[in-house]
Amino acid sequence: MKLNVNGQPHDIDADPRTPLLYVLRGDLQLNAAKFGCGLGQCGACTVLVDGEATFSCVTPILALEGKGIVTLEGLGSNDHPAPIQRAFIAEQAAQCGYCIAGMMMRAQALLQKNPHAGDAEIRAALEPNLCRCGTHMRILRAVRRAAQMMQTAQAGEPQ
Amino acid sequence: MSAAAAPAILSRRRVLAGSGALILSFSSLPPAAAQQNAQQQKGGKPAGATPQLPGDLKKSPLLDSWIRIDANGAITVFTGKAELGQGIKTALLQIAAEQLDVDLKQLTLITADTSRTPNEGFTAGSHSLQDSGTAIMNAAAQVRQILFAQAAQRAGVPAEQMKTDNAAVVAPNGQRFGYGELVSGDMLHVQAAPQSPLADPHAYRVMNHAIQRVDIPAKVTGVAAYVQDMRLPGMVHGRIVRPPSYGAKLASVDTAAVEKMPGVLKVVRDGNFLAVVAEREFFAIEAMRALAVAARWQETAKLPDAGNLAAVLTGLPSQDITVLDNQQQSAGGGKSLEATYTRPYLSHGSIGPSCAVAQLDNGALTVWTHTQGVYPDRDAIAEMLRMPKEQVRCIHVEGSGCYGHNGADDAAADAALLARALPGRPVRVQWMREQEHVWEPFGPAMVVKVKASLDAGGRIADWDYGVWSNTHSTRPGPAGALLAARDLASPFPQPPPKPIPMPEGGGDRNSIPLYQLPSARVIYHFLPAMPVRVSALRALGAHMNVFAIESFTDELAAAAGADPVAFRLKHLGDERAREVISTAADRFGWAARPRQTPGRPPGHGYGFAFARYKNLAAYCAVACEVEVERHTGRARMVRAVAAVDAGQVVNPDGLVNQIEGAILQSMSWTLFESVTFDATRITSIDWATYPALRFSAVPNAMEVHIIDRPGAPFLGAGEAGQGPSAAALGNAIADATGQRLRDLPLSRERIRAALGA
Repeated sequence: MKLNVNGQPHDIDADPRTPLLYVLRGDLQLNAAKFGCGLGQCGACTVLVDGEATFSCVTPILALEGKGIVTLEGLGSNDHPAPIQRAFIAEQAAQCGYCIAGMMMRAQALLQKNPHAGDAEIRAALEPNLCRCGTHMRILRAVRRAAQMMQTAQAGEPQ
Repeated sequence: MSAAAAPAILSRRRVLAGSGALILSFSSLPPAAAQQNAQQQKGGKPAGATPQLPGDLKKSPLLDSWIRIDANGAITVFTGKAELGQGIKTALLQIAAEQLDVDLKQLTLITADTSRTPNEGFTAGSHSLQDSGTAIMNAAAQVRQILFAQAAQRAGVPAEQMKTDNAAVVAPNGQRFGYGELVSGDMLHVQAAPQSPLADPHAYRVMNHAIQRVDIPAKVTGVAAYVQDMRLPGMVHGRIVRPPSYGAKLASVDTAAVEKMPGVLKVVRDGNFLAVVAEREFFAIEAMRALAVAARWQETAKLPDAGNLAAVLTGLPSQDITVLDNQQQSAGGGKSLEATYTRPYLSHGSIGPSCAVAQLDNGALTVWTHTQGVYPDRDAIAEMLRMPKEQVRCIHVEGSGCYGHNGADDAAADAALLARALPGRPVRVQWMREQEHVWEPFGPAMVVKVKASLDAGGRIADWDYGVWSNTHSTRPGPAGALLAARDLASPFPQPPPKPIPMPEGGGDRNSIPLYQLPSARVIYHFLPAMPVRVSALRALGAHMNVFAIESFTDELAAAAGADPVAFRLKHLGDERAREVISTAADRFGWAARPRQTPGRPPGHGYGFAFARYKNLAAYCAVACEVEVERHTGRARMVRAVAAVDAGQVVNPDGLVNQIEGAILQSMSWTLFESVTFDATRITSIDWATYPALRFSAVPNAMEVHIIDRPGAPFLGAGEAGQGPSAAALGNAIADATGQRLRDLPLSRERIRAALGA
């Protein structure tokens, strides 16, 4: 199987029924997508597939050949964090942080489509993702901040 | 910890007496303390308490148990407490940086590890700053003083004339002595003194500043940050096939087909303990599923009636503990009220199921675990494996958020058993979602019955309160606390449950109101029988007791025709309690809240509640506004304002984050959560059958106001908000609907039923 993850092609030697999550974490040694429920109920495993927020824990890789998969690592790094990552750091939007990568990917999917998303749209978009520490107020602030950063960046681009 | 006034540990005379200063303090130890030091060096537990020392210096009195400085200037801070997502790493680093007068980035922090750090028991009970923070603060201040003394001796000037600058001590003539140059040999291997030359709280550079957490950048960029992210060379993956219900016996299992599945290395069966190890994680999961299908279990229907928990609990044999008995001849004269409140079993439900990695290497076992107590977990695992404790090392690695005793210790035991079955190979075990939901120990179900009377002046005249609950701790220490140990062919029995004594308490935590009551009685009906597996859930009994006390206080206020906030203040003498209440009320705009339509939006209501956690930790008051949809029964917190007094604050943003989290977590418990079961099995097995807070129920706005208390002792705040939030929500719903709901959760079905909609 060939998978395109974070802009890089990868030859994957795994049963096509294998959920993407285990390929990301096991074969590609990527940490951000997390196992939370394996049922598509909590969103800790969320990644982007062709720009759509997707539960990697219930998506078999056989459905993904030829598609663009992006994980949190594909947005930015500790040395060069992406706007959504800078926004979460600035708002200190984590307690344990285990759900946060999934939250950021779902927010990224929304803001890529609509950088002008308002509070109601952000809440609706994040509804599939659970946080058990109670970091919700900060997560909402961080996503609003990321939206502003993206709008500013967009406005600053040469027309 | 009044800083400026605290005497220095080393007098100038001692310093000028030469190198004897440090030897003096060491050799002047009483024999018992010296023996304790010797035991500490061997890694043993302290022989006896050193009661005059601050915080956990009492348990580990040597300075270099907490702070070490290498010749190259590297400074390492040690804590026996663990990062659970509460931000304790950052707070402890702030304390050490402040007292050592260095930049936070110059410090390395080592957290709970049985080979390296002090034994500070469990990271629980909002104790970390009180115990470890206080120890590190005092140890760091004393280390700094030792460095001063050394530099003064070398420079030949009095210590008082020296200054610190960027991890160096500087003499008046500009001569610099790096911290690393000043430390030699066993200089820090000395007993701490009872008092320390602490930094002036009014001049803090690092403490009481909102420093960004040190762990967040890695967590938001996909750097390996959790035990779930560990990948050791040669690591393999284990999965457990847990029994389908409590006490189920494995009658038979044909493992032959599973052993032939791709990647499967071993099927492990020991009594009722059944597991599989495979090369890759998804192979292990598929093999686990096949094994579960092949296994035949004998189950027993012995769970109580989930639909009638109050009668079940109050009908169990109890051991009655008098928590408070100050019954006087009641003045009475006013109205009398009586009410019963209930709470269901609650799941911790960490978002990431429990996980551990273990490796048996040349007879020594290492377990990487997100346990709250590496030492007790080590003891339990060693007993289970019949290994000497010294041959087992537990290292804390962060897991998903920890809200008490979840599956962490059990997963560590699972990994240890599988590592023993495959010597040399690191084995990673992660539980599945349904295993976490079914097998973690739940926060106990509880019942409160309370009666009170008012006097003619509208004050509470007498108070009679009873609380029914199981223990709130079945943590390890003994092997029988571990699930796997109970399932082995030679099983370890579950230890008999014990109540946690007051003043902290378990089921009776916060069962004594802080209000001034002329006549009061509080009885804890401790229930030894545990039909459902239970243990510590954040705030323990305080969540339920504060919900009950503060709901009932509102009921009494209404009976007295009094405003809920004014009624509380009328019964409170504690000035710090009064200040958090007044602050929360003022910032919320309590007095100006619209009492009725017009002005009040339809379906909206306002609630207030207060508690001092354990009656000895942080003070917290919460005011909130809710909206209730009549037709659906859906209640949503619209806005909340909290005030908190946690003594000296270390990281204000960390404190705010904890209180915001408490309000939202408690809202989730209070509105949505309930473990369900039939006669045989737990039936709340995932997020569909155990609903919890999602974004659609999150408030529009939340504020947390901190009462600044420079130099006051740290008061644990990690569990301060759960009780008040629950009660404020219940009071607001009562205000919105005119109906008092006393059974948790305050679900939409119950609200709709109460409204007759």
